[in-house]
Amino acid sequence: MVGGEAGAGITRSGFLFAKTCLRGGLYVFGANDYQSLIRGGHNFYTVRAENEMVYSQADTVDLLLALNKETILLHKDELVSGTGIIYDGDQISITGEEIGRDDIKLYPVPLRNIVKSLEGPQIMENTVALGAAIALLDYESELLNSVLRDTFKPKIAEQNIEAAKQGYSYIRENYGNSFGYRLKKTGSAGKKRVFLTGNEAIGLGALNAGCKLYAAYPMTPATSILHFLAPLDREYKMVVIQTENEIAAVNMVAGASFAGVRSMTATSGGGFCLMSEGLGMIGMTETSPVIVLVQRPGPSTGLPTYTAQGDLRFAIHASQGEFPRVLIAPGDVEECFYSTLEAFNLAEKFQIPALIVSDKYLSESHGTDEPFDQNRIGIDRGKLITETEYRGEEEYKRHKFTEDGISPRAMPGTKGAIVRTNADEHNELGYTTEDPVLTIKMADKRFKKLDALTKELENYETVKLYGPEEADATIIGWGSTKGPIREAMKLLSKEDIKVNYLQIVYLHPFPADKVQKTLQSAKKTIVVENNKTSQLSSLIREHLLTAVDHKILKYDGRPFNPEALSQSIKGVL
Amino acid sequence: MVTLEDLKTPKTNTWCPGCGNFGILMAFKKALIELGMEREDTVLVSGIGCHGKMVNYVNVNGFHGIHGRVLPLAEGIKLANPKLTVVGFAGDADQYNEGWGHFVHAVRMNVDMTLIVHDNMVLGLTTGQATSTSQQGFKSKSTPFGVIPPMLNPVAHALVSHGTFVARGFSGDMFHLKNLIVEAIKHRGFAFIDVFQPCVTFNYLNTYDWFRQRVYKLEDEGHDVTDRKKALEKAFEWGDRIPIGIFYNRERPTYHDNLLHVKDVPLTKVPTENVDITSTLNEMM
Repeated sequence: MVGGEAGAGITRSGFLFAKTCLRGGLYVFGANDYQSLIRGGHNFYTVRAENEMVYSQADTVDLLLALNKETILLHKDELVSGTGIIYDGDQISITGEEIGRDDIKLYPVPLRNIVKSLEGPQIMENTVALGAAIALLDYESELLNSVLRDTFKPKIAEQNIEAAKQGYSYIRENYGNSFGYRLKKTGSAGKKRVFLTGNEAIGLGALNAGCKLYAAYPMTPATSILHFLAPLDREYKMVVIQTENEIAAVNMVAGASFAGVRSMTATSGGGFCLMSEGLGMIGMTETSPVIVLVQRPGPSTGLPTYTAQGDLRFAIHASQGEFPRVLIAPGDVEECFYSTLEAFNLAEKFQIPALIVSDKYLSESHGTDEPFDQNRIGIDRGKLITETEYRGEEEYKRHKFTEDGISPRAMPGTKGAIVRTNADEHNELGYTTEDPVLTIKMADKRFKKLDALTKELENYETVKLYGPEEADATIIGWGSTKGPIREAMKLLSKEDIKVNYLQIVYLHPFPADKVQKTLQSAKKTIVVENNKTSQLSSLIREHLLTAVDHKILKYDGRPFNPEALSQSIKGVL
Repeated sequence: MVTLEDLKTPKTNTWCPGCGNFGILMAFKKALIELGMEREDTVLVSGIGCHGKMVNYVNVNGFHGIHGRVLPLAEGIKLANPKLTVVGFAGDADQYNEGWGHFVHAVRMNVDMTLIVHDNMVLGLTTGQATSTSQQGFKSKSTPFGVIPPMLNPVAHALVSHGTFVARGFSGDMFHLKNLIVEAIKHRGFAFIDVFQPCVTFNYLNTYDWFRQRVYKLEDEGHDVTDRKKALEKAFEWGDRIPIGIFYNRERPTYHDNLLHVKDVPLTKVPTENVDITSTLNEMM
């Protein structure tokens, strides 16, 4: 764990350390925790590295890089016997007594003086600490050097490599091999693996899906999608635009979709509130942008930089009236990528809004994965007319009644076709209507698409089951709880406790049959969610008329930790 | 090239007899004909209000959106396919109340499109309430004792927001309005026309006669359309004499001019398939 004040480069340092682990063939998970401020306060980034796949952060800390004293005191309860703390002994005075522990190993390193002797900027103290950490863990400093070289411009990289070297030597000379933990390069060192956040994976998915217009207004924790895509717009021949607000963003992506390009926007709860009216317009006009909702705790502004799953019901029901939509909740970085591709396909195929619902924990934590397969999910644009001329026998009708409710979709500019749509109820040509018969027919047309979508989704992995078929209990979850749940399952299996886990990836339309099938054979059901009212339980009750047996709910803005979660599960078994 | 017959739609017009919207509808159609537009290459975007029905009355591509959001919707269409001619129609409440936040940004952004605001200084379709361009003291159902704040000045706002084409028309002078629309569509950049269009049912004050007694044409008085300061002076003229015509017309690079990578190929023509993300993926290793 790296901890310190905001602005001290905490996330960057943690990320560099994580990448150093990755390049040694380790599986790595990195999670950040920061407050809604720019300077001061307390930030930390935890890195967990293992020889096997790692799904979440751990409950405890083995090595702490403390850039201020507060970090040590705030995290003292997470330290285990033998935890090492690297800190600047000239700046921070701390004793085991003060921490209240005699089993902690203190490793003061003169971070500031080393940086001064190198005439570097103060923030380089972090790199000295990283070098010191590599030495304590008996890891390979060349791996850190390669990461530094890829991160910084050559001159600055060399300066940082020297800083890391000095930190490394200081530990070697003063403390030898006194630390109990070791990191070892594995056989898969050099194997290509990606290390990225959920938001970056969604961004990559959008690029791969051929998204050509991304419009958004900054809102934590969705902003990093904008940050990711903005510098890439030239390379990928797309338009990335920061609009005046979320209302503009949602209307802009609707317009772009109407014009015939794949488009996407992303926001968090507050911005999604502003987008709700536009969402309904998208449903009514049968346009097909993708909307990403990255949740954070509410109500209202809530805890802007923390995590929650409180918007599930809101996303399913947002906007007035009734219209079909699809809602996908990826649970890890891999699913963030592939779900985004699926979202674009489903949106266009069924001419509906596609919602990807994630949260701060998933969107900003780094996970390890194999490089994504760019061919696994093809591009399906549905009934899009790509010819430059419309050759239909009758006048082109944007909202033509068809068997499956999906109308052929021409782009404006297609010769021979006038493309008209309407947020008012409309006839097949897109002209306003208030006719009661036509009103019913149009509503039925839109909902035929939901039937078609539900049928299509039978072939999708709308739910996933992990663990043994036969188990003492079945955990049910959605979204980012996946990581901690899978880690908790590892811990439970060590104690021979057999649980399995049903992850519901598609929450709307609700995959009732598939969920029912698993729940029928479940001995005991436990819903795990990051919210107060267990919205997933209510969905299960709504669709299956079944009450779950137990609910483990966390709504303090923080993700579940695996050890604590496994204890909670044991508590209800 | 489009004819008046081509532009007809099967929809029965439901505006009140004598509504100022008729002048705008006819001026727009005539402008399309004069410009030799093709129906398929033109997109009409409208918001909510009496003006919103424009989509029903002109047989070109159309998107009847929601209240106040004509601009971002139209911008999205134009950014996706700059080959289309995009004309947004909004009402005074639609644009200057509900959609005000988008207005100054659209002017500033300078996407190559046209915005025509049907300004009747009252809310019509909701049966007669005050709007932000209602005159101080205007009595309506929602302001029985008269509007308290002073009226909004959209022309001045457009001018100070770096507008490149800022004009005002009067639907009672259809020929003059048609010429304004022709110039607006020809303009490279964001063209804005505020149009006085008397509401014969709910605005007892700002009637055809009221406007006819006051409006005069800027071009008749030798106004220099490249002088923003002069334009601003004219924008504040209100009372016995009210100017119509082009206040300001000077091009600057459009939003698209700055997007060099998509300047020549519309986004609709950039392939969706086989986008190779390997180089970006490699940076994550």
